Amino acid sequence: MLMVGLAVLVWIVGWWINGRLANSPAAGTRAVQLAVPVIFGVTVLIVWELLVRGLNVPLVILPAPSMIAGRFAESLPILWADFVQTFAKGALSGYIMGCGAAFLMAIAVDRSDFLRRGLLPVGNFVAALPIVGTAPILVMWFGFDWESKAAVVVVMVFFPMLVNTVAGLRETSAMQRDLMQTYAASYWQSFFKLRLPAAMPFIFNGLKISTTLALIGAIVAEFFGSPTVGMGFRISTSVGQLALDMVWAEIVVAALAGSIFYGAVALIEKSVTFWHPSQR
Amino acid sequence: MKSLVAVLTVVAAIVAFWYAACVPMNIKGVLVAAERAGVEVTPATAKERRDMSEIGLSLSNSFAIPDTWAQDRPRLPAPHQVAIELWKTTVEKKITSKRSLIYHGWVTLSATLLGFAIGTGLGILLAVGIVHSKVMDMSVMPWAIVSQTIPIIALAPMIIVVLYSIGVQGIIPKAVISAYLSFFPVVVGMVKGLRSPDGMQLDLLRTYNASQSQGFWKLRLPASLPYLFASLKIGIAASLVGAIVGELPTGAVAGLGARLLAGSYYGQTVQIWSALFAAAILAACLVALLGLLERVMLKRMGMSA
Repeated sequence: MLMVGLAVLVWIVGWWINGRLANSPAAGTRAVQLAVPVIFGVTVLIVWELLVRGLNVPLVILPAPSMIAGRFAESLPILWADFVQTFAKGALSGYIMGCGAAFLMAIAVDRSDFLRRGLLPVGNFVAALPIVGTAPILVMWFGFDWESKAAVVVVMVFFPMLVNTVAGLRETSAMQRDLMQTYAASYWQSFFKLRLPAAMPFIFNGLKISTTLALIGAIVAEFFGSPTVGMGFRISTSVGQLALDMVWAEIVVAALAGSIFYGAVALIEKSVTFWHPSQR
Repeated sequence: MKSLVAVLTVVAAIVAFWYAACVPMNIKGVLVAAERAGVEVTPATAKERRDMSEIGLSLSNSFAIPDTWAQDRPRLPAPHQVAIELWKTTVEKKITSKRSLIYHGWVTLSATLLGFAIGTGLGILLAVGIVHSKVMDMSVMPWAIVSQTIPIIALAPMIIVVLYSIGVQGIIPKAVISAYLSFFPVVVGMVKGLRSPDGMQLDLLRTYNASQSQGFWKLRLPASLPYLFASLKIGIAASLVGAIVGELPTGAVAGLGARLLAGSYYGQTVQIWSALFAAAILAACLVALLGLLERVMLKRMGMSA
């Protein structure tokens, strides 16, 4: 009971500190904007820990954060091997291949108005479909190892990336294109100097959407069959063994990988599209 | 009209490519069957054929090409095989049958809709809280955005097992996953929408001496609807994916995800593809329905472009 009382107290204190910070005159500063979500996160973790201990929640329902951290530290080699298998081999290679193919396809499509009219609605339609469903088929075709995971990722990221790039390449105004024409710029000159830079915000939007999709595809594809290593494999087998602390440790890895991947793409975007209003 | 022709051309090109792809994908299986039936095959033994490329095999055994579109368990079923299977399992089967895709589709759809309703409701509530409370905005919003970048679906197997161990099963665990997946897009979109009225409009309401709740109901909520619908469309697609993935780890016996899994266990490729297309049609219908609702509502509110 003491622990539960303490949890309520911690929650109130954390909320009170955040309330003071958010309504203080310093609320606009960077430090406070960073501190408030961090305090919130830490408060949630402490309350979680105290509630799990205080109420004696069994391990199969919810392990305490300290247990997850302990398991995480203990099984670093396993987690690293899973990470390499799923992220580096499956998700990343598929991401590069899928986004690259979609980019080239978009350039090809962009040259013909007819193709673009036809492909955009189809692409938009396919982008909304549950494409993860192709995972069993691709696992059947490419075997259990990372190739099938990369294939699922390629299929998943292709259409969002294609739609965004095609939309981006249409971004330039007629005036700008006319200007290039008066300079007697060739197709490729005006492509590289005008239309590609103008398309960059859209391209990066597609790239950012695809980061999450790539991880989802690689993990879900492992539910359909995988070698005995990989994040999806570890999650589904650990769930079977009711080793929920291991599952949570894998989820921490997935969350870290997802946010770092996204953050890296966002950083590149910042340096490439520094001119765009949203970056200033 | 012009774009309709273009769309149809693209679709026709995809179908043609699909038929063409069936030939190299299935040729080896067809040749094995032909050899067993006593037909002369160009490299006579399977051992020699193993090292040849599929395209080379198809060229040297052109008699076998029609058979690649009519196999029983092809590696890649031809479009008409999938269409026939879809027709058989939806129209010709009784909907109470365990083999009817309508039955399986309904199992998945009911979980999707329940989860979508829960996720959307909670998402809108949280968004209202975020817009009206600065503390919530600063503490919760960054986490809501970060959570979009993590593969939440990895939680699906765990949610099912945890709920099972406390005695909840059936539709609820799947609905929870669906709700979870549709929750965050709705929160982010709705916050953007509730913030979309500009300073001028807010000031106008202030000059009318409108209260906070009047400002909410008369200005912020109507202004947020276009944003809400945009995220609802993302949310319902995510919900469907959630419900399908939620059926995978438990070995569920009913639902589109269960059909996918059973098909992949028993090598029933036509069944996998028809379940996949059923899921795609379902997703398309749901998104189209929301699009229709959006158009009707925005038109009645005088907001349609």
